[in-house]
Amino acid sequence: MLQNLLANYEEAVAIILFGIGFTMLLFQRNLVKKLIGMNIMDTGTFLFLASMGYIAGRKAPIVTNGVMETSAYINPVPAGLVLTGIVVSVSVTAIMLALTVRLYKRYHTLNLDDIYVLSKHQAEDR
Amino acid sequence: MDFIRNFPLFTIVLSLFSGVLCTVFKGRTARIYTAVYECFLTALVSCVLWYTMKTGTSFTYVMGEFPAPWGNEIRAGTLEAVIALLFLVVLFSSVVGGWNFVSTDIDESKINLYYGLINLMTAALMAMTWTNDLFTGYVFLEILTLTSCGILIVREIGRTTLAAVRYMIMNLLGSALFLLGVVLLYDITGHLLMVPMREQIGLLIQDPGNRMILTLAVGILTIGLGIKSGLFPFYFWMPDTYGWATPTSASILSALVSKCYLFLLIKIYWRVVGIDMFQQMPIRNLLLVLGMCGIVFGSLSALRAGNINRMTAFSSAAQIGYIYMGIGIGGEIGYTAAIFHIFAHAVTKSMLFLTTPRLAAVSEDSLLFRKLTGSGLRDKNAGIYFMVSAFSMIGIPMFAGFSSKIMFGVAAVRAGSVREMVMVIIVLALSSSLNAYYFIRTIIRLYTRSDPGRRVRPVRHRLSYNIPMILLTAANLLLGLGSVAIVDMIQRGLEMFS
Repeated sequence: MLQNLLANYEEAVAIILFGIGFTMLLFQRNLVKKLIGMNIMDTGTFLFLASMGYIAGRKAPIVTNGVMETSAYINPVPAGLVLTGIVVSVSVTAIMLALTVRLYKRYHTLNLDDIYVLSKHQAEDR
Repeated sequence: MDFIRNFPLFTIVLSLFSGVLCTVFKGRTARIYTAVYECFLTALVSCVLWYTMKTGTSFTYVMGEFPAPWGNEIRAGTLEAVIALLFLVVLFSSVVGGWNFVSTDIDESKINLYYGLINLMTAALMAMTWTNDLFTGYVFLEILTLTSCGILIVREIGRTTLAAVRYMIMNLLGSALFLLGVVLLYDITGHLLMVPMREQIGLLIQDPGNRMILTLAVGILTIGLGIKSGLFPFYFWMPDTYGWATPTSASILSALVSKCYLFLLIKIYWRVVGIDMFQQMPIRNLLLVLGMCGIVFGSLSALRAGNINRMTAFSSAAQIGYIYMGIGIGGEIGYTAAIFHIFAHAVTKSMLFLTTPRLAAVSEDSLLFRKLTGSGLRDKNAGIYFMVSAFSMIGIPMFAGFSSKIMFGVAAVRAGSVREMVMVIIVLALSSSLNAYYFIRTIIRLYTRSDPGRRVRPVRHRLSYNIPMILLTAANLLLGLGSVAIVDMIQRGLEMFS
């Protein structure tokens, strides 16, 4: 078990990161910390994907010195997926930060529980 | 005629383009453009449905002529076409039926952006319906999440922002799990396209050692989409999200967005994992139990709600439970019932969310039950539309809800073990009674005079409200009375899946 974990330490670290981020996003009450958790979680997935896509001893898939054998290069698709994932993650973070700013301006706190209590007292309750 | 094969791609690309186009229009123009555009897309998708029915097969559109396993593909079969058609009809009805509220709920300068978001959302819904590639599914799933958040926060009150944050947090957890599931599947199969992935999985499961990792990947993916679609116990964000959004948004979010995730999940089970393999996984039993819990707890929460929108939102949680229960029952008949319920719930729930604000408008702008007394008399049309959708939710014969409940019962009798059958029948009976109780209680309230001495002057509506509501009523009756034809289409589509 331990040997397997050590042999695949990158994947193990990726899953631990995912777990840390997931727990933060779910249980932290502070919105900014939640967002940090979200980014850690996404990073865990990207690390997992990147480490799976990398084969030791091979190069990036750009033909160099006329070597045409595919065995000399790694598969470019996982890297492409990581890039796409990063774009998605950045845009989601941006929109969440915008929402956080809007909530802070209105309620003057970042704690989600406090915001919830404050919002219940508002007159806009129909 | 083969030109029709391009139409699925057109629905995605033109919607993306329309989203951008709406940003330069004025609010009113964007609104009319979006309604006309949805009609145009409905025509395109109808052609695709006709084509797949006529040829009796599905077709795959290969992007940029890069064949599998390298390129990206979209695929159109009868089931995809009929689901896309449902989405477009409900989208059109929601856009037109709720546009008076859009003018009052949303800042004048942002109305065009709102319709831009609706168009982007259409692109995401279409792409997730047609896609044959899991990663494309993930990308459009995120676009759907972002646009859903956008149409929620566009009504700028504190409660919608808070609801949007909670909605986003749950959705982000779901998306991350979905991505992890897709990555794990990619890791063990080496493919992202559904067809080669399925072939690889077929080879992998011959070694029992691989089954655990496959179950893990599918389980993570299922939990991800389960969180996003509001599976028990992850439904607590629903009341705030649906209750505070502008009616068009509430209708789209409850009727379409959660259904789109469910359809993607069903597609993955059939086209990636293989339904025979999935039947052997413990996830199926878990979904059955969680679906039943969702039905019971959703109905009980709806019973306790003091506000009509919260009641309707909790009832959505129960209805999502029905769909998961259908998946849990399994077999072609279980999935047929689940997919039929996607139809029934989409047309019914969108109608409910477009009706409740009308009733509130004649009740001091309040959604609280005590204020709604007699509102069905003050706004007769809205009262009738509410009654139609409530009857469908309860499962009164002739309406869509009746057919789907019968189908769940038949599915349980035919497909499951005796224990499963008994559990499903008990849950169906319990939930129908609870549904009947809280909806009939509401109808009685709507038609009880609050002030018997005062003469009531009923409100009149424009055609822009009545047309979509009549369309949804007709769709509801069609599903109720002509369920055989729809079931036939669903079964043909499922056959094309396998």
